[in-house]
Amino acid sequence: MFPTATETSFQEKVDQDLNIEPKDHMPENYRLHLIRQISQHAHSEVIGMQPEGNWITRAPSLRAKQILLAKIQDEGGHGLYLYSAAETLGISREEMIEQLHSGKAKYSNIFNYPSLTWADIGAIGWLVDGAAIVNQVSLQRTSYGPYARAMVRICKEESFHQRQGYEIMAKMMKGIPAQREMAQDAMNRWWWPALMMFGPHDSDSPHSGNAFKWKIKRKSNDELRQRFIDKTVPQAELIGLAIPDKDLKWNEAKQGYDHGEINWAEFKQVISGNGPCNKQRMAHHVKYHEEGAWVREAGAAYSKQIQENK
Amino acid sequence: MNQQNALYTYLLRLGDSALIQSHRLSEWCSRGPILEEDLALTNIALDNLGRAQALLRYAGEVEGKKRTEDDLAYKRGERQFYNNLITELPTGDFAYTIAKQLFIAAFESLLFTELSKSKDDTLAGIAAKTLKEVKYHLVHARDWCYRLGRGTVISNSKLQHAVDELWMYTGEMFEMDEVDATLLKEGIAADLAPLKPKWMEHVTAILKDADILLPAGEFMQTGSRAGIHTEHLGHILTEMQYLQRAYPEAIW
Amino acid sequence: MANDTQLDLWEVFIQSRAGNHHIHAGSVHASDRQMALQNARDIYTRRNEGSSIWVVPAKYVTASNPDDADMFFDPANDKIYRHPTFYVMPEGAKQI
Repeated sequence: MFPTATETSFQEKVDQDLNIEPKDHMPENYRLHLIRQISQHAHSEVIGMQPEGNWITRAPSLRAKQILLAKIQDEGGHGLYLYSAAETLGISREEMIEQLHSGKAKYSNIFNYPSLTWADIGAIGWLVDGAAIVNQVSLQRTSYGPYARAMVRICKEESFHQRQGYEIMAKMMKGIPAQREMAQDAMNRWWWPALMMFGPHDSDSPHSGNAFKWKIKRKSNDELRQRFIDKTVPQAELIGLAIPDKDLKWNEAKQGYDHGEINWAEFKQVISGNGPCNKQRMAHHVKYHEEGAWVREAGAAYSKQIQENK
Repeated sequence: MNQQNALYTYLLRLGDSALIQSHRLSEWCSRGPILEEDLALTNIALDNLGRAQALLRYAGEVEGKKRTEDDLAYKRGERQFYNNLITELPTGDFAYTIAKQLFIAAFESLLFTELSKSKDDTLAGIAAKTLKEVKYHLVHARDWCYRLGRGTVISNSKLQHAVDELWMYTGEMFEMDEVDATLLKEGIAADLAPLKPKWMEHVTAILKDADILLPAGEFMQTGSRAGIHTEHLGHILTEMQYLQRAYPEAIW
Repeated sequence: MANDTQLDLWEVFIQSRAGNHHIHAGSVHASDRQMALQNARDIYTRRNEGSSIWVVPAKYVTASNPDDADMFFDPANDKIYRHPTFYVMPEGAKQI
């Protein structure tokens, strides 16, 4: 099929690195692709509040509690910016939440793992946020304007998140043996899931074709994963943490690390709902969404009333 | 009672109330009725936490035993905490939290107005900063009282229920003892007696505008000034102090 | 859930400091204007970004149509006499 005139002008804009804005013409599949990606991104931020929220009331110092609370609040804020960006594509937040609850919309797999010890808060900030930032930095140049602008704001705010996690890990590695054990254990459990966050290998990635053509995606899964590994390994070594990958080694020729095979069977299990926390995370979200319904209804009823009284 | 001991205890009372209130508010994180409100409640929790930090740090200095704000927060037991009982009551539903916030913020906006004039410069400084925060907390709580009180039949009954349940914990905020008397003489503490009618007037007006009836009960719970609490506090501390107690020699 | 409400959508404009323009920052959901202002404050000024906030119900924002861009904006292209660089000044003229 031949592209229509408006499709051509859309692609020309994209090719010239011009942003696409809400009222511009865009192919329906571009719109749907973005809704899927941005809402998944938003849901991830919101669901991601849970594993970290698990430790707010047990944070071991007032400073740690303050930082953690502010960080989780940021994640909520980022979810909100992203929902707003998706709303410019003609989908409401109600619909997106409905899609999350029905299973139609996904969220990042990583949050289906449990946060078991305080060191997990370090590992999540350092590894999970670290991996997310690599992805988000590249998305600041994504073609859809509202998404790109949300990512710029998010990257600016996220800059402290990874440091927060790394600081926790560094402190624990300098601490008593029990703390060092806890830190290494968290490293062992979070390393591989963090690598999986970048998605399947480029050779197995189903949606990439159009995403590149439309410049929604600017770097491939494997490129981003490599960037993450290369910057993270020296950070681990600096504080004495071992990377739980016996095949990890420096490759002089490519000036990067080679890594061992990712357990894609586990990845598929978690994606299809069998992760340790899938049911828990969703039940939590549904429960508090439903418990909040009467509050939202009260707000709506009140606003109708004050308008009528004018 | 000497002034140093009195000031130490006074600061613990203020600091503990902020700390425990922050703990309860932080329980809303990822549980708010709408994402925007989740963030709003977290902001209030962070305000309280910052205030707790400043007050407990100063309490440690006044005590003079080199205890930090963390030592005071994480290494005292149930009977050494002096927060107002209303702050430790369970989070409850959203109406319960809003009613709690209304009662506490209305009190604190009066209290910190007075304390910002304290002859103790450090306390006056903390109070001046806090005053700006609690004024906002009061507006936030007040507006939600209007929405819940006048929103739907269900929201009205939930807020009414919360107000009724919490009422008997409001009197304690105004209690004074020899700690207050000692510091009042020096112009350091706030005289709470004249604040009570002002508080009553303010709260009554807001509840009236929210179509909520003022509870008739006059009985008031008491105890926190002597470190006597509800059963809830022990559980809060068990959770909050878990890591510090499990690994006493660790630094976090 | 079919009748769920996430409340109304509002657009948020933040002035970073007195003297600057209010700039679009994003949006929030809220039932009424007070809630919209407070939510905007709690979400978009957490890092000292603001000195003033405007909120506007999103439904009252009217946006120009990209299809009209030619007739809307292109005619301004050749009005170069509106810019000071259009004018030839005698050599040595100062403060003009």
